[in-house]
Amino acid sequence: MTARTLYDKIWDDHVVHQAEDGTCLLYIDRHLVHEVTSPQAFEGLRMTHRKVRAPEKTIAVPDHNVPTTLDRANAATMTEESRIQVEALDKNAKDFGINYYPVSDVRQGIVHIVGPEQGWTLPGMTVVCGDSHTATHGAFGSLAHGIGTSEVEHVLATQTLIQRKGKNMKVEITGSLRPGVTAKDITLSVIGATGTAGGTGYVIEYCGQAIRELSMEGRMTVCNMAIEGGARAGLIAPDEKTFAYCMGRPHAPKGAAWEAAVSYWKTLFSDEGAHWDKVVTLRGEDIAPVVTWGTSPEDVLPITGTVPNPADFTGGKVEAVQRSLDYMGLVPGQKLSDIKIDTVFIGSCTNGRIEDLRAAAAILKGKKKKDGLRAMVVPGSGLVRAQAEEEGLAQIFIDAGFEWRLAGCSMCLAMNPDQLAPGERCAATSNRNFEGRQGRGGRTHLLSPAMAAAAAITGHLTDVREMMAETV
Amino acid sequence: MDKFTTLTGIAAPMPLVNIDTDMIIPKQFLKTIKRSGLGKNLFDEMRYTQDGAEIPDFVLNQPAYRHAEIIVAGDNFGCGSSREHAPWALLDFGIRCVISTSFADIFFNNCFKNGILPIVLPQEQVDVLMADARKGANARQTVDLEAQTVTTSDGQVFPFTVDSHRKHCLLNGLDDIGLTLEKVSAIDTFEKKAGTLRPWA
Repeated sequence: MTARTLYDKIWDDHVVHQAEDGTCLLYIDRHLVHEVTSPQAFEGLRMTHRKVRAPEKTIAVPDHNVPTTLDRANAATMTEESRIQVEALDKNAKDFGINYYPVSDVRQGIVHIVGPEQGWTLPGMTVVCGDSHTATHGAFGSLAHGIGTSEVEHVLATQTLIQRKGKNMKVEITGSLRPGVTAKDITLSVIGATGTAGGTGYVIEYCGQAIRELSMEGRMTVCNMAIEGGARAGLIAPDEKTFAYCMGRPHAPKGAAWEAAVSYWKTLFSDEGAHWDKVVTLRGEDIAPVVTWGTSPEDVLPITGTVPNPADFTGGKVEAVQRSLDYMGLVPGQKLSDIKIDTVFIGSCTNGRIEDLRAAAAILKGKKKKDGLRAMVVPGSGLVRAQAEEEGLAQIFIDAGFEWRLAGCSMCLAMNPDQLAPGERCAATSNRNFEGRQGRGGRTHLLSPAMAAAAAITGHLTDVREMMAETV
Repeated sequence: MDKFTTLTGIAAPMPLVNIDTDMIIPKQFLKTIKRSGLGKNLFDEMRYTQDGAEIPDFVLNQPAYRHAEIIVAGDNFGCGSSREHAPWALLDFGIRCVISTSFADIFFNNCFKNGILPIVLPQEQVDVLMADARKGANARQTVDLEAQTVTTSDGQVFPFTVDSHRKHCLLNGLDDIGLTLEKVSAIDTFEKKAGTLRPWA
């Protein structure tokens, strides 16, 4: 039998029909839905008198619009338009009989955190959502990617997607990470090496010792940003850590079904000799804590670096870098660690899980944020929030002067009231530093939760390794 | 979905690389529950000042390009989020074709679902089309999907490739869901088989 990659295997197991020109109908095991990209899809179903084919495989949760302040039960905290979108999801979930976690449910949170947490996401599955960060679920060895609203409607109606197979790309991180370096630094460093279009047309499999050594939370952070590297999907072969994470989750199989599932999951790896269309290798030891300086996730450098000069680039990137520096209010040659910040945002589907909060709290313990700086922690789900309170992390954040919020997407994309003002500069654990992403004129520097915590204490971008030396 | 057969129209030059979906349609306009009406907010933060006045330098505000139907763009157009509001906004403004060296996957896919044709051409050819677009409103470019060609205002012809299934759907304005539901028995069979092999899924 031909050697196959993990992606090949999952693909082969989900092809419903293949046309002569290679176009496939791919079966979808899990469809996650949120309030922003679904209303037009449900409307389409109503207009054509179609039903949701597999409501039991469809899971909805509002996350993008919802306020994260403690008074959010008060409807006045939401704009009229946001309220209408959330109410539309309430109604659509009820009318079409799909699984639903409303705002009032403690399990509510960011869709990409809720899916794995509740055991909906399992190895070997196909998972889609009308959201580009669906790549997150690839951490379980599932084929997971974002889709547009027309495709949301297509999956609702048919439980399939019309797809062409992508190419295989291997990203190997050899060796181990050094202290102070995290999954976020891996994923940003890969994008720095390949560019934001480096993965276009590919499905990435992340592998190597440094990936194996990551927790499931870390693996989700790595896969989450596959899309920022241009790849629709990124995945990691499941192993004992994956199985341990899934075991006992509400929607994971139990008993004999669990045993059968695990024996299937153990076949999910890339065979020796499988074909790769592209291979990228980074040494774990070479990866440093990084920050972004521009308005594209590929604009990333180690914290010890300096702001680059547009003249160092070629082609269309020269103009883009000049535009970025103007937008970001930075000058070439400026030390990254001299950049002063106004705001710190810890949260998002990239870094809103318990391990992220632990990493930030470890740096903040017994310390205070810089005076005058705005700092907030937005847990990725109600359950992450509850766990962080139980572990004492919430109190560390509160004592350090952070706002301790309820779960949602929040300032990652600023669709709810959590936004930057023009010119406001933010150290953010989220995934996009695009112009206007966190609010019109807002300036975003992407970094890890530990680096965000360090920046909150000093008031400027800071090498977290210096603080770790202090505490040892 | 409207058919796409041939199009002759004004092409707006947007040479910036990595034009992302937050630029195409900023998030504050994603709160709609409709597909229509987004054209006025296309490229909102590049197109208008904070108080809503037009920024005269922005290409689509220039008299020559206010009725553009084609955009010639820098590399990696449409990167970022999966929001279909991006093609909806382009379409509502009147854009039916975007030409670049590369597109982000999800955006590329979303275009075809809405009757917009994204065309990938090599850098040298995009450069020629960009220079042609800069000539203004009299320099109309022609896109012929059946023949798979783009023709500059002075008659240079560049062939392009397009997926045969997507071409068929665009030419005929076909709805994917209807086509897929013709294969419902294949889906039923797959579900039965998968239900035995992977009952937990």
